[in-house]
Amino acid sequence: MSDALRPLIVGAGPTGIRAAQTLVDAGIRPIVVDEAAAGGGQIYRQRLVPDERTPRDLYGSETGKATALHETFARIRDRIDYLPQALVWNVQGKAADVAAGGRTRRLNFSHLILATGATDRVLPFRGWTTPGVFTLGGAQIALKSQGCAIGERVVFLGSGPLLYLVAWQYVKAGARVAAVLDTAPFSSKLHLLRGLLSQPGVVLRGFRYAAELMARGVPVHFGVEPDQIEGETRVTGMIWRERGKEHRLACDAVGYGFALRSETQLADLAGCRFVFDGRDRAWRPERDLAGRTSVSGLYIAGDGAGIAGADAAELAGERAGFAVLEDAGLTVDRARIAVLERKLAAIQRFRDVLEAAFPFPDKWANSVDDDVLLCRCEEISIGQARTAAREQEVRELNRLKALTRVGMGRCQGRMCASAAAEILAAAHGQPLEAVGRLRAQPPIKPLPLGIAADGEAA
Amino acid sequence: MSRILHKDVAIIGGGLVGSSAALALRRMGLSVALLDKGFCGAQASGVNYGGVRRQGRPPEQMALSQRAHVIWPRLKEIIGIDGEFVRSGHLKLARTEAEMASLEAYATRVAGFGLDLELIGRNKLRERFPWIAGDIVGASLCAGDGHANPRLVSATFALAARRAGAEVLEHTPVSHVERVPEGFHLSAGSGTEIRARFVVNSAGAWAGTFAEAFGEPVPLGRIYPSMIVTEPLDVFMTVNIGAEGGGIYARQVERGNCIVGGMRAEPTVDLDFSRPTGSGAVTIMNRAADLFPALRNTYAIRCWSGTEGEMSDRNPVIGFSRTTPNLIHAFGFSGAGFQIAPGVGEVLAELIRDGESRTPIEAFTIDRFARMDQGSPAGSVPEARKRETSK
Repeated sequence: MSDALRPLIVGAGPTGIRAAQTLVDAGIRPIVVDEAAAGGGQIYRQRLVPDERTPRDLYGSETGKATALHETFARIRDRIDYLPQALVWNVQGKAADVAAGGRTRRLNFSHLILATGATDRVLPFRGWTTPGVFTLGGAQIALKSQGCAIGERVVFLGSGPLLYLVAWQYVKAGARVAAVLDTAPFSSKLHLLRGLLSQPGVVLRGFRYAAELMARGVPVHFGVEPDQIEGETRVTGMIWRERGKEHRLACDAVGYGFALRSETQLADLAGCRFVFDGRDRAWRPERDLAGRTSVSGLYIAGDGAGIAGADAAELAGERAGFAVLEDAGLTVDRARIAVLERKLAAIQRFRDVLEAAFPFPDKWANSVDDDVLLCRCEEISIGQARTAAREQEVRELNRLKALTRVGMGRCQGRMCASAAAEILAAAHGQPLEAVGRLRAQPPIKPLPLGIAADGEAA
Repeated sequence: MSRILHKDVAIIGGGLVGSSAALALRRMGLSVALLDKGFCGAQASGVNYGGVRRQGRPPEQMALSQRAHVIWPRLKEIIGIDGEFVRSGHLKLARTEAEMASLEAYATRVAGFGLDLELIGRNKLRERFPWIAGDIVGASLCAGDGHANPRLVSATFALAARRAGAEVLEHTPVSHVERVPEGFHLSAGSGTEIRARFVVNSAGAWAGTFAEAFGEPVPLGRIYPSMIVTEPLDVFMTVNIGAEGGGIYARQVERGNCIVGGMRAEPTVDLDFSRPTGSGAVTIMNRAADLFPALRNTYAIRCWSGTEGEMSDRNPVIGFSRTTPNLIHAFGFSGAGFQIAPGVGEVLAELIRDGESRTPIEAFTIDRFARMDQGSPAGSVPEARKRETSK
């Protein structure tokens, strides 16, 4: 019976691994394709080369979860078809195009679970493309995966739980953190008290990060309006405003980000219906609590289905695995599903608290200067986008792309589209959802022209 | 929010043909409503390859093509931007002796039309275009041809029409059009009703239903040409490349990206949109890497496709309806409409103003299919001829 089932899981982070485990436990052999060299995803990313650091050094308070996930993946390794360092660059019907090692081949699947995760939401401001500026996620990967800091005097900036986590991880690793600049006012953090009842562990951990940072003398500023990153060929300093007053701090690296954005290109290519998620300020694939999308046999879970964090990702991955089993007519553990759904619902409620505690910087879209670069691949400025909006009456994101090239370059809008949508919406004073979203095109990431084609596999 | 507009001309379809007609009509002082079911210039007119070439067109298109030829270098003056038009030349490669013979025969056939084709042999080709690899037998160069940026040109023609006073109604699909005593009545999206003396059917791949509504079924099929674009590179590809027998075409834009096409895509769930197949995209990429060594170690950053109307004989339909006075068709450009479209726009405006055009368009009458298919039951739609799409 299970021979006919050939589920493909894209991504080997918390979602993908838990989905794979659920299928393996039911006697099914899924294919797991992951871009990284080792499982764990971004949050539980493993070292490229072994070093003296212990799991506790790498994952801190999340060591237990990281280790359990890695162990699970090692345990099921022989009962899955695992393709590391491989990119699913296109999905069409019941087949995926997978590139690895200079070759591409087509994998047929019976079910597809997208566990594609998220990347930092980047908002441009003056100097954001100066060498030495990283996303928060990028800064974290440099540390976890390669054991290096992005600089010797690092400023962390932005809004979102990751801001404090990464700063804390840097301090723990012995790096010098010059400051943590939170764009949200201190008062917003009081919202976290509402979360103490539902997710006390998460809230207390967050407070602990902040407390330890302060205890070690790291200045933490709230209500920051970033003005510019200084430096010609390398970051030399950071200028910001706080209660109307200008501040300047010398530093040689900046890590910044404003929460996360889901990676949804494959869901789009597969034809999933999208809905606007006001909390994520983004369009995302429509899905039920089990991860079923509008396309039969296609599931999406974890941060790629809407931002909910690593704990939710594990639960949602397992739930999506059960959904595949249910839809294939196999028996499932109903009690376990009920537990998963209850926990997922609780985390969803808690996300509202987090959003209030780490709000999006509403003023950004109207205050950022015209000459700041919006799309770094195509070198399009904020002003060019605003001009197109005004003079060519552009109100929709694909139209903006067609007329200005925003989102047309190497990143295909993965880095710039969130900011472009905010700018376009603000230019006309229209709601964010009205500007739509960029249509995805394959390949979802650049592909070498000389890649060899192996045709159909399995 | 129902409203009634009274216009001299209603144009169904805001592609490059409809938009350039709208602009030309406004310059003649006629009132115009330009309707599109989506954004103007967002379908084939805006996402095509961008070749601005006369070379390779059949003789019957030459007068029209030459008329358009003089418009392209004047875009800045006409629509306010140059549309990245470059008179780079168009080089058509022959990979076999038979293909070379075919290029030579073509050069003879169009000798009187002023294309100034230059036939180039194997050795000379190597010398002048050393960046082309592979066993190329020879080529034909049309120095006056070039390329431009469709997504800018087509949308900007519509914008220019609007600025010239045309009523441009985007996201306004025409749901019904009928002949009434004083002209036409159109019902469109958002409760828009239009009364017009003339109607232009320039609805591209969607034009068939409007032709059929007036008793003129046509063998209009759909094709989905697909392309890839590379990351930006130093400029090396100095001409627009085509190939006799098809399979590959390529150009490099000012910014340095190379655009390469030569395969066909498939429609998506939404049948009005299409997307390249994975294998099709890789085939194009591999062909490009083989033909242009400079591309071997570069990356494709995107591929895309568009929906284009194709006639069974690959010539467009242009001209007055044979059933309905003051209805004019202009569609079915069969993958080769970009270059001639601005010329077609002028011709349509002349037809409306003067009842005739100074450019011969007899070859494109809509009743040519009825004549071909004499004996077939009235109103039937002949099936589009299957064409080999890749080689």
